Formats: sequence, C-alpha cells, structure tokens
Amino acid sequence: MPNRDGVWILGIHMTKFGKHPDKDTVDLAAEAALGALGDAGVRIRDVGVLAAGNLLGGGLGIGQQLQKQIGQTGIPVYNVANACATGATALRTAVMAVKAGECDMGLAVGVEKLAGAGLLAGKDRKADAPTWQPSGRYGAVAAVDGRIGTETMPGVFAQIGMEYGHRYGGTSFELFARIAEKNHAHSTLNPLAAYQKRFTVEEIMNDVMIAYPNTRSMCSANCDGAAAAVVVSGEKLRTLSGEQQRRAVKISASVLTTDPWEEACQVLPNVNTLTRNAAAQAYEQAGVGPEDLDLVELHDCFATAELVHYDNLMLCKEGGAVDFFESGATGRDGSTPVNVSGGLESKGHPIAATGIANIWEVCHHLRGEAGDRQIDGARVGLAHVIGLGSACGVHILERSAV
Amino acid sequence: MASQVPIVDYLVLDGDPHLVANECAACGARYFDRRNGCANPDCGGTEFTRAAVATTGEVKAFTIVAHAAPGIPVPFVAALVDCGGTSVRGNIVNVEPDPDHVTLGMKVRLATYVIGADRDGTEAVGFGFEPISS
Repeated sequence: MPNRDGVWILGIHMTKFGKHPDKDTVDLAAEAALGALGDAGVRIRDVGVLAAGNLLGGGLGIGQQLQKQIGQTGIPVYNVANACATGATALRTAVMAVKAGECDMGLAVGVEKLAGAGLLAGKDRKADAPTWQPSGRYGAVAAVDGRIGTETMPGVFAQIGMEYGHRYGGTSFELFARIAEKNHAHSTLNPLAAYQKRFTVEEIMNDVMIAYPNTRSMCSANCDGAAAAVVVSGEKLRTLSGEQQRRAVKISASVLTTDPWEEACQVLPNVNTLTRNAAAQAYEQAGVGPEDLDLVELHDCFATAELVHYDNLMLCKEGGAVDFFESGATGRDGSTPVNVSGGLESKGHPIAATGIANIWEVCHHLRGEAGDRQIDGARVGLAHVIGLGSACGVHILERSAV
Repeated sequence: MASQVPIVDYLVLDGDPHLVANECAACGARYFDRRNGCANPDCGGTEFTRAAVATTGEVKAFTIVAHAAPGIPVPFVAALVDCGGTSVRGNIVNVEPDPDHVTLGMKVRLATYVIGADRDGTEAVGFGFEPISS
C-alpha cells in the first residue's frame, strides 16, 4: 500500500516566463491558479485556504484580488512576503494549514511583474542634504550604498561566491561563467523559460560586467510570471480518482528557515548557514539523503550563488563544490542534475513566483511529463530558494508510488 | 581647518581614525548599528559598550561593482574585511578597481577621505580600506 499520509501536490501550474505586456499581476496569478486547479481536477470551492505572494506589485492583498477573479468562497487568505522565498513561503503556509488539519486542500500562488525592471539595487542616490544630519540606525549623514560597500544584489552575491573561493580555493571568473553556461544550455529544452539561448563561456565572460565576477548573463533574468500549486491531505487524496492519485506528488519535506545568529551575519548576508540548516531538516523529514536526489532546482540568482549552494545543500562534501561542478555532476547528464529548467539565470526570476515554479519543474519530472528535458526515471527531487534578509525554503518531493 | 563629521556614527575621527562597534557587555558580540538588544539568542543582553575595531585587516570577499543604482559612481570595489576577528563592510580604495590589483586575502588598512562639504562648510568624512604595500 502506498503511503497516503502527509501532504501532496495535487495540481500545479506555471505560466510562460518572460514579457507579458498585456497582462497584469492579477491576470498572471489567475492563469496560474486556474491552471493548478484544472491540473488538480478540483474547483475553487474545494479549497480551504489560499496563500498568495506578490512582492513588488505594491498593491495590497493579491490573494483577495485573485479571489475576485476566480471565486470568492470566503476562505482565509494569507498574503505573504519573504523576499525571493515568497513563493516557497506561500506553499509552506498552505502545507501547514493542511498538516494542522484546518482544511484538506490549499492553494498557493506566487506572481511577479518584473520584465524591464533592470538592476535590482538599493535606492537611487539623491543629492546630499544641504547640511549633514545623522539619521537611521547607523547615524549616516549621507547615502552609504556605494560608499560603504554595495547594496546591489549582483554585488552582494558576487561577494558570497568570492568568500567561498577565499575559504576553499579553486574559484575563478571562468568557473563561475561555466556554471552560467550550463544553465543557459539547459534552458534550450524548456519552452516556458524566459530565455532559451545557449551562450559560450567566452560570450558570458565578455558580456556586460555587472559586479565582478558576475556578468549580465550570470545574473537572474527579470521577467513576468506566476506559478500556483494545489496541496491536499493524504486522507483526502485517498478519496480522489486513480488518475489524481497517480499524478499526485508527495511533499516529503517542507522546511523554512531564517539566519541563526553568528558573527558577521549582519555585515554580509550569510546565505550558507540557513540553507545548510534547511537542507539538514529536509533530509531528516523526508528520510532521504543528497545521494537519493534525481534532480535539484536551486536558487541560482547569480552564478556565484549556485556554487555555494552545492555545498550548502550537501550535494558535495564540505568545501568540495568546485570539484563537484568540475566533475560534471550537475549537468543534466550528471549524477545530480541541477537546474535543468535553466535556472533563474535563463528560465527567469519573477521573484514571488520562483519558489513555486521550482516545485513545478521538479513535479514535472517526477510525473514523467517534462518532455524533451525529462530526467529519466526521476523519483526524488529537491527545490530550494533563498530570500535575502534571510529566509530559505527547501522542499523535497517524491513520485507517487501508485 | 573645516569642521568634520563622520559619514556614520561608528567612524571615529578624533585622533587616529578608527571604527567602533557596539559590543554586547554580556557576550562580546559586535554590531555596527543602533541596538535594541543582542541577536545572540543564548545571550539576551541589552547593555552595549563602544569597542574599537582593529584598523588593519584582510579581504575576505570582494566584488567590483560596474552597475549600481543611478547616482552612484562606478566602478568601485565593495568588500568584506576581517579586522582582527571583526567583519567590516567597506570599499577598497586607493587601488585600481580590477581583479589584477584587488585579491582575496589582501592586507588592507583603514583610510579616510572627504566626501564633500555642506552649505555650512562642514566636511563629511567617509572611510574605506587601502592596500598595505608590501
């Protein structure tokens, strides 16, 4: 008898990532949500909780706006925000509600309109004030971004990759460029990716420099997109059709962590410890190890970030991320394919959608529905996101045993 | 000489310029921002003293920022510097901003420079870290 406990993905949908000039956030969220409900074979009336995230839209209550388009059933809505981990946070919220027995079915949605947003940086620097007046928690008399380090995301994550290189050695500009080359090559098989263009290492290294060693094609692609998932309790799943049971994907682990305090973590964001903690909890919950993973979608917001997460997710031995990549392990034909979707660098990174879109990718393979990019026989997969601040989401998913 | 103010309150200009951290009186954890309490969950301290930070250190991580928010001059080198066990964020200054001149593990020391003067003629002074020539 297959295990019918726990919480399962019953339906999941991702919109095409890219430019959607004729659609607003509500349109995209509705497309993803209706797609997920259709994929699940259920109606909004069946759903007991809605968790929704939209980080940069500025509007209040994306969840309620969505309800007004797809069905106002009066259920509780949780509008969530956790930087780039917003989608994973929405999914985790729905999972917690089902796990707690508050309802037997939940819907999680993440959506972002980000095409043409350009560099994600700190605030534009205004002219200095007429007189120096200390303000803020550092008593600053003038803007500090660019004067005391950088607040640009490419710059912050560049330092994170460089710090790994300082600690363990073996990194280089070319190595980071080759990670981006891999993900861009993967994206050519993903029709929903924002970019499906292969680049040579030379093209990547000669692209516009953003924050050394990250060039433009080593940065996540700003784009529009949405993703949504319907989760269901094992008990409820047992009452559904054989086809629904066969396509259901088990959420073997659902974990969200934040930074535990340690020296320097408030100076340069430490994306390592909370990711390592999330991975350790997830492997324990799921009862699987890194060696059992058939594919991994991890948060390659920049090429420099992908490298450190090989180590943080314990896909390699501690300090061994460079050798692990050099071995070819993370290519789609390798032992632990990483970001076969193309990753954030080419599939794109519509922020609040990302933490559900990576689950969609893994589910697609576990269901055997990934088409040209199918990882044959995929049975177990892991999806990871991190939002600076920080929040880290890790989900481990397993194919239905039906 | 024009009067001067530091760009941030953790830069001390009197005497030899140096940085000061808010050091938890209970556990010794160091912070640069205004504190409500200690972030070390095993501590819970709410008393802080001002502790001088070493003015020399080693570059633990850096990036050369070529694209920044509008109004910010580029390129510049942003770095994380280990100053005797206290991590500090700052730019690497007085060096060519390219990977041939900035390296991981490079030894640096605190350097100050005038950012500009306000309408009263008061100068704001910033800080960075410059290579210690061997």
